[in-house]
Amino acid sequence: MIGPLLNSEMDNVMAMRPNSFDASAAVARCKRYRRRILDMSQRVSALHIAGAFSCTEIVDCIYNTLMRPGPPSEPSPDTFLMSKGHGCMIQYVILEDRGVLSAAALDAYCTPGGQLGVHPDYGNPGIEASTGSLGHGLSMAVGMTLAERGHGRDGIVYVVLSDGELQEGSTWEAVLMASSFRLGNLVAFVDNNDFQSLGRTSQTHPSFYPLTDKFTAFGWETVEVDGHDAGAIHQAVLARGGDRPLMVVARTTKGKGVSYMENVPIWHYRSPSPEEYQVAIKEVEARQ
Amino acid sequence: MRNAFSEALYQEASANPEIYVVVSDISPAGSMAKFSSQYPERFINVGVAEQSMIGIAAGLALKRCQPFAYTIATFSLYRPFEMVRDDLCYQNLPVTVVGMGAGVVYSTLGGTHHSQEDIAVAGAIPNMQIVAPCDPLECMEATRWCARQKTGPVYLRIGKAGEPVMTKDAEPWRFGKIRYLRRGTDVCILTYGVITAMAAKVADALQSQGKSVSLASVHTLKPLDRDGIAEALRTYAQVIVIEEHAPQGGLAAQSKQIAWDVRATCRLDTFTLQDAFIHNYGSHDDLLSAHGLSPARILSMVA
Repeated sequence: MIGPLLNSEMDNVMAMRPNSFDASAAVARCKRYRRRILDMSQRVSALHIAGAFSCTEIVDCIYNTLMRPGPPSEPSPDTFLMSKGHGCMIQYVILEDRGVLSAAALDAYCTPGGQLGVHPDYGNPGIEASTGSLGHGLSMAVGMTLAERGHGRDGIVYVVLSDGELQEGSTWEAVLMASSFRLGNLVAFVDNNDFQSLGRTSQTHPSFYPLTDKFTAFGWETVEVDGHDAGAIHQAVLARGGDRPLMVVARTTKGKGVSYMENVPIWHYRSPSPEEYQVAIKEVEARQ
Repeated sequence: MRNAFSEALYQEASANPEIYVVVSDISPAGSMAKFSSQYPERFINVGVAEQSMIGIAAGLALKRCQPFAYTIATFSLYRPFEMVRDDLCYQNLPVTVVGMGAGVVYSTLGGTHHSQEDIAVAGAIPNMQIVAPCDPLECMEATRWCARQKTGPVYLRIGKAGEPVMTKDAEPWRFGKIRYLRRGTDVCILTYGVITAMAAKVADALQSQGKSVSLASVHTLKPLDRDGIAEALRTYAQVIVIEEHAPQGGLAAQSKQIAWDVRATCRLDTFTLQDAFIHNYGSHDDLLSAHGLSPARILSMVA
């Protein structure tokens, strides 16, 4: 049983941020974020760089151009949940950039006295849910969206999924329920980088494709975009109908921005050497 | 007991708009129909999708709601175990996971519907609290407590239907404290949940033999009232534990641990389900008996 679609859920589509997307600012931010992650990689032996680089533009777009600012000194009415918890390096650096997490907290990443680990933990500033085990985030996002509706609020819940976690049955339970509940304020993204631990998803799971058709069949509004084109991501979300959940299937490249990391599985969980770091920084800085 | 749960939850939900019920194609009987018709936006049926049931309950709690997740015990705890562990316990959210028809209540449905190790499984997770009321009145007390607490997740282990009222004149219910249903001086029986009715029969029989018997509902299995159990082990010459649960990780095993810790000198007899899947498709009592849990056998062993 579900309640009726609230008028506010339709209205908020109109009340979203104005379409004033600044592409060059987004590129500059993403360049800065990738560099910050590379800097952090020189202090810890292992971290998920490639998975963070594949969703850098997506998460930047959500935090910096889609989520609405809250009242002064209050958080946004909207919520972000990183279902692919291993990609949270990008979340950490954006939260630092937005003044939610301190530089000291990031500098203490994965150290005995630090508060930030490899996966996001609920309770840390700006972290709305603990994730890390795949297949949990979308159900929690559905519950959050139902709570927003129940409270008569128009908060939009944004969630980023990996393509690998679409193999979890629990994800499809939530896919079915989100559209059945007509959760127009749920916006999900698939970081479709075609890579998981044992190889290319397109080779190990050819029946996985086409992705968008599956979500459409389950009653979602779907759109496919270049996941490294922040403007395209932004526009895809702004154009949503708002009467059912939106799934943005984002074509991405794992390790995007550093040539030797792109589509090379070892970089799922490895830190570059000092020499490799210098090469990576040059490439990131050179990217337009 | 499930009707008592429904009525208590309906009453709480009428006063508190943050209470939600998430069910997996199983609905509590009785007052839950009133709940779902009066508060449709707070009655969420996810269908046969228990992982999603727990995840959605977690998402509601992350937005400050007070959710109950409800289905048959095996499906509320075992099927979505990692969601219970990660989404509820790791995040320490005030979600009540209701395990209905726990133990071997669903005798004829077979082992797929028996939760005979649920206390051990739930109790092993940090932050989880466990409450297992013995009768409809105690179930209402426990449900009210679950609806108001903000400490963290709870596994509420309840029966199904037809349990006799045994706590009408008992001392007040307090979370985390064993509750004496009757007090004697020679023997103390510690028990919890649906099987308390059988334990009462054992107590009656021992009293008819001239013994003075205490009967206690150990309704809170986690945190266990260690002091209360230690006191019973010190006070009585004989302590008997009767539980509808596997020998590992339940009240019997923990009582033995406490007995060692406090150097108890009393006689301690424990009666549990066996560590076995027993294919017996008779009544609940028939299956309990096949596990060795019957008044006659217990009485023959404690004499």
